[in-house]
Amino acid sequence: MFRPSHELTKKELKEKNYQNLLSTITFFLFMPALIIIFLLFLKGYPALSWDFIFQDPINGMTAGGIFPTIVGTFWLVIISVIVSCPLGVIAAIYLSEYAADNKLNRMIRLAILNLAGVPSIVHALFGLGAFVLFLNMGTSILAASFTLAVMNLPVIITSTLESLQSVPLSYREASWNVGASKLQTIRHIVLPNSIPGILTGLVFSVGRSAGETAAILFTGVAFYLPFLPKSVFDQCMSLSMHLFTISTQVVGVPDAYPFATALVLILLILSVNSISVGLRYYFRTRRKW
Amino acid sequence: MKHAGLLLHTMFLFAACSQNSSTFIIQNKGSDTLVNLAQAWAEEYKNVNQDVALAVSGGGSGTGIAALINGTVDIANSSRAIKQEEREQAKKNTGKDVNEFIVGMDALAVFVHPKNPLEGMTLEEAACIYGEGGTCTHWHHVRNTVVPGCKDNRIIRVSRQSNSGTYQYFREAILGKKRDLKLGSMDLSGSRESIDLVEHTPCAIGYSGMGYLNPRIKALCIQKEGNSPCIAPTVDTAIDKSYPISRELYMYTSGSPSDAVKAYLDWTQSDVGHAITIKAGYVPARKR
Amino acid sequence: MEAKIATEINSAPLEWRQRKSKKPLSEKIIEGLIKGGGFSSIVFILAILFFILKEAYPFLVGAFDFKEFFFSTEWNPASVVKIKYGTFAILVGTLMVTVLSMLIAVPLGLACAFYISEFCSPRLRETYKILIEFLAAIPSVVWGFVAIMMINPLIINLFDVPIGLNILNASIILALMSLPLIVSVGEDALRAVPESYREAAEAMGATKWEVATRVLLPAAKNGLMAAALLGVGRALGETMAVLMATGHAIQIPDSIFEPGRTLTATIAAELGESPKGGEHYQALFAIGLMLFIISFIVNVSADYLIRGRRK
Repeated sequence: MFRPSHELTKKELKEKNYQNLLSTITFFLFMPALIIIFLLFLKGYPALSWDFIFQDPINGMTAGGIFPTIVGTFWLVIISVIVSCPLGVIAAIYLSEYAADNKLNRMIRLAILNLAGVPSIVHALFGLGAFVLFLNMGTSILAASFTLAVMNLPVIITSTLESLQSVPLSYREASWNVGASKLQTIRHIVLPNSIPGILTGLVFSVGRSAGETAAILFTGVAFYLPFLPKSVFDQCMSLSMHLFTISTQVVGVPDAYPFATALVLILLILSVNSISVGLRYYFRTRRKW
Repeated sequence: MKHAGLLLHTMFLFAACSQNSSTFIIQNKGSDTLVNLAQAWAEEYKNVNQDVALAVSGGGSGTGIAALINGTVDIANSSRAIKQEEREQAKKNTGKDVNEFIVGMDALAVFVHPKNPLEGMTLEEAACIYGEGGTCTHWHHVRNTVVPGCKDNRIIRVSRQSNSGTYQYFREAILGKKRDLKLGSMDLSGSRESIDLVEHTPCAIGYSGMGYLNPRIKALCIQKEGNSPCIAPTVDTAIDKSYPISRELYMYTSGSPSDAVKAYLDWTQSDVGHAITIKAGYVPARKR
Repeated sequence: MEAKIATEINSAPLEWRQRKSKKPLSEKIIEGLIKGGGFSSIVFILAILFFILKEAYPFLVGAFDFKEFFFSTEWNPASVVKIKYGTFAILVGTLMVTVLSMLIAVPLGLACAFYISEFCSPRLRETYKILIEFLAAIPSVVWGFVAIMMINPLIINLFDVPIGLNILNASIILALMSLPLIVSVGEDALRAVPESYREAAEAMGATKWEVATRVLLPAAKNGLMAAALLGVGRALGETMAVLMATGHAIQIPDSIFEPGRTLTATIAAELGESPKGGEHYQALFAIGLMLFIISFIVNVSADYLIRGRRK
């Protein structure tokens, strides 16, 4: 009867220990985050109500709700996506379908990586210098959204690139061989087939913009506004900035309020991200190749 | 599909732009000390006059006055009086004289953790703790205080970022115009953070507008000199100026204010306005 | 998602990209536009540099004093005695939180990357990847809030120190924030090692652990280093969370339980109150320029490590 040698089982035991160690580390890495979300929920839940979400802040922001901040966040996010989506998709099409393997191409990739890696506060300085002052937009929703759009460009380019890549070359060849030009191929074959990936990236960047604070700090958010923004040239309040102000500046806010605000922000972002993850899985199962 | 969606959004936005342009907006910017009060007024004024809305933002007295000089605000809030050169700059830029309104008063309270046995201090002792070159690094340097629950008895200085009006006024009040605050203090972004921190930190000492005090921290009474009486920060002591760290709060307009702005400024000094001032934790300006 | 920016920028085969078709003028115009759009990233990076330089320029040629700026510990722009723009203490604070947070996050993150890539079941891997994405989505300002409300009392009680807003607090928060990036870039690096390496080693009787440590670790070395570097970049550039967590004090902290300050937080806290065009305002842009250059170096090095691996 064959039995494993003593040495082998010892080795196996060691192997098992190491694996257990790794799985424990991984598991516990995610614990703090889960605990934090749980605690936010526990402490913020009592203050959460429809009134909290749909009312204006009153009594010097120490009571009432957070409605204008949600509206403001919505404006910022939508406009930044409107700006960054076409730009990002075009840049991705260029990189995926046209760019030659030369120095310039390499520089574009490096620029994308750097654009993603530049600290958000530096983006804020850029937004202030370029949009608020140089282009004379003033501190406005427009300036803040443009700043966010530049920040999100790398995300949209990358996700679009990824989905353009997932369209098989054979599709392009087939289209080419029936006489379609390159642009027609891209327009009618490549792009429609990569809409899912583009959407995923867009939704993800929406979540990212909604949580951003530093980049909009000097470009378009106000401490308090008694009215909702009426045009893109107005300032607005934002959920993320509101969390910062009520947790550091406004005295007399009930303890549960910042927790509830943080909770709303997190739930908003997580639900947007769930859509992004869901979209990805939905399209993956439906993929035709 | 996607393009149609984007188009719809754009249309919606522009439709939204064109509505409701009849509301007159007063741009109101400046001092972070005054921003809470300005905001409380703005909130109430919405009910007084539907056609006028106030956009209030902070950023500090310097920012407000800078915006006034550039002509981008209707009212600049400031917790310090405008400097002569700023007046001249504004006159040069906009061609109008700057008008000054004293809208209220503010007193800075110095506070410690409730466990701290200290009840009051002199301005000199405050300077010893906060001032550049000051030697009071531990609580036993100040009237031999021993703070229970404070390890090493070390003083943790809580301050504000150096260009805030509160910081600059505090510096001037305890050190005069020729001395700096010592570096190394915790320069927090807002009054709430300062108060929260002192509330949870036995070693700490901090300062903020008097209106923000709560029962969970202990405000110290302040002696101007070693032999003068120790005055607690209250509305009365601020108004009669017996409390040593109190100051006026200003609003500035470029040229004489327009009707809407004038009506608003008058309203802030009405009984309703004063009631809001007190509720927001400030002191109404003396009737002159 | 963000991790892919560093690792997964690919294109269609060169032969396709270079293919040209006879086309009407309208198509030529559109293709021209696409090419223009392709350069937008370069344009923006240059624009960022230009506008920050533009605002910082008067300071750099004026009040800027090289020795004071880099080696003085006194950052005192509102001084009534002598205004000083020394960033040394702030640089040290930035360095301390970055190094400490990476000491926490890099080993843990890479261990986690190994586990997710090599040891766990495909199903569990998917779950963890979704979790990582959710973790990455928690915004900076929420982390800052957590630092003040939760980590602060925890540190005070655990270590019996007077103040919980300090270098350690910020490092913990930064570690948690940069983990998702380190894990996903690290995992990508491990997945990029050809399957044949694993098969060859396993055929020689190596256990999974031996494959991981003796084969994968050296093979994916560059990619893992890039993961760590990108983590450093993230930690250096984080703003709101460290503003709220460090205690924001200008001093060289003599222990990790002392408050400190970072470059990013200094800009965020002070820019709002410094009048436009003033010296202080320009000095803050100079700090921004410094941050831009540091992050540029970090990113280019990370890219070099990753591209090197791909060759």
